[in-house]
Amino acid sequence: MKFRSVFDIIGPVMIGPSSSHTAGAARIGRVARTLFGRQPEWARIHLYGSFAETYKGHGTDVAIIGGLLDYDTFDERIKTAFSDADKLGLTYEFIPEEEEADHPNTARIVIGDSQGVMELTGISIGGGTMEVVELNGFPLRLSGHYPALLVVHEDTSGVIASVSNAIASQGMNIAHMEVGRKEKGEMALMVIEVDQMINDQLIHELQSIAHVTQVATLAN
Amino acid sequence: MEVLFGTVKELVALAESQNKPISEIMIEQEMLITKRSREEIVAQMDNNLKVMESAVEKGLQGVQSTSGLTGGDAVLLQNYMKSGKSLSGDLILDAVSKAVATNEVNAAMGTICATPTAGAAGIVPGTLFAVKNKLNPTREQMINYLFTAGAFGFVVANNASISGAAGGCQAETGSAGSMAAAAIVEMAGGTPQQSAEAFSIVMKNMLGLVCDPVAGLVEVPCVKRNAMGAAKALVGADMALAGVVSRIPTDEVIEAMHRIGQSMPSALRETAKGGLAATPTGKALEAQIFGKDQSDRDAIHI
Repeated sequence: MKFRSVFDIIGPVMIGPSSSHTAGAARIGRVARTLFGRQPEWARIHLYGSFAETYKGHGTDVAIIGGLLDYDTFDERIKTAFSDADKLGLTYEFIPEEEEADHPNTARIVIGDSQGVMELTGISIGGGTMEVVELNGFPLRLSGHYPALLVVHEDTSGVIASVSNAIASQGMNIAHMEVGRKEKGEMALMVIEVDQMINDQLIHELQSIAHVTQVATLAN
Repeated sequence: MEVLFGTVKELVALAESQNKPISEIMIEQEMLITKRSREEIVAQMDNNLKVMESAVEKGLQGVQSTSGLTGGDAVLLQNYMKSGKSLSGDLILDAVSKAVATNEVNAAMGTICATPTAGAAGIVPGTLFAVKNKLNPTREQMINYLFTAGAFGFVVANNASISGAAGGCQAETGSAGSMAAAAIVEMAGGTPQQSAEAFSIVMKNMLGLVCDPVAGLVEVPCVKRNAMGAAKALVGADMALAGVVSRIPTDEVIEAMHRIGQSMPSALRETAKGGLAATPTGKALEAQIFGKDQSDRDAIHI
């Protein structure tokens, strides 16, 4: 069941004109911002397929920058995101790509500052719903049928157990789980699909676990 | 994931056996799935209703999109209604103008509530605010209108599609018009089964509708498809309330929409490569807006 809530149908509240090309794009930008954990100083945004063809007319570009400034889909400031970015010291560049991606509405966002760089690929699958498919070279495989969480953490013992305990304590059941890391002892991540919808309380609990660095909702 | 209903048949059976309106079944399912309280859920829908009210208000004052393709028609329609010359009746024209108002605000990058998508966002609120003047609903009844529309949309989204890229415009304005018809019936005092009949009657008249937006923008013909979607929703609701029934059950109509969408060529599913988008004027407008070479579109024939 891809659509779980009545608010997937009557919603989201959003700045027009397109649920997939504007609201979904803003959500991809915003999840990148959440995972980066702070406002980036620069952004390079590669657009593929329909995003590359129609991004100017749909405001996909301002929506992604708005998302990077932590604006939600309904935030009126999306319209002034370019000038806001100039004021806040975020430089950006859009690169429409000829190359075909797996999904017609794909954006690859590379953001950074003096302390680090992050790369995230997201797809907008309709009605304002989006999925993150790749983070820093890690492919994130989601079935799309369940609410999904991303937990970025230090690769050390006990973190996976603490995270699954926190999920269980909310009365939630894990449907699928995938863990991965780049190098032993460095950054690792978990992609967790659950049977129940993800609430703010769970996000806060996960954020307070030792060695967990970022938590984001990938699908709800 | 445990749900109360997955088909319209199950939805209607639940509502009738428990003697509850469809909106109530939708609220109960939302409580079950999200584990949120009734108050939180109703408050969120009340907020969505406020967004719809503001969008209509803004559109009726007159807006223009950046491309210049759409805007101002809601005002023309309201002025025409005031002249007293309307042939189709003030309630229908009021719904049409308010649906247009919402979509014009959407095209101008205003704030709207997707129902079920941004491109089809005019129909549900447009009909609601027109019917409101005739039926004088309470705030709670207006919120319930959205839950009833949402219940039918939930079945369509999970069993067929609400995406123009996947199923054509029948999946977007087709779904929205059918959802609105079902909600109008409930507000007017019809039975859950009559809501289902109204849904079917409208959807049957949306089957095959393609998604062919000029220049890929949510403007032409989207705004006018919202206008006609609102008109069809009202007529379909009246037909069901009169006792007219659909010979094909609602879930089978939804399944037919799904299969038609799957067999639709991609040029007619939100790629701006077929239909009105591929007309000489459609292509000229695209070139004017994006400064594009038109030759790459010429090779495509439907």
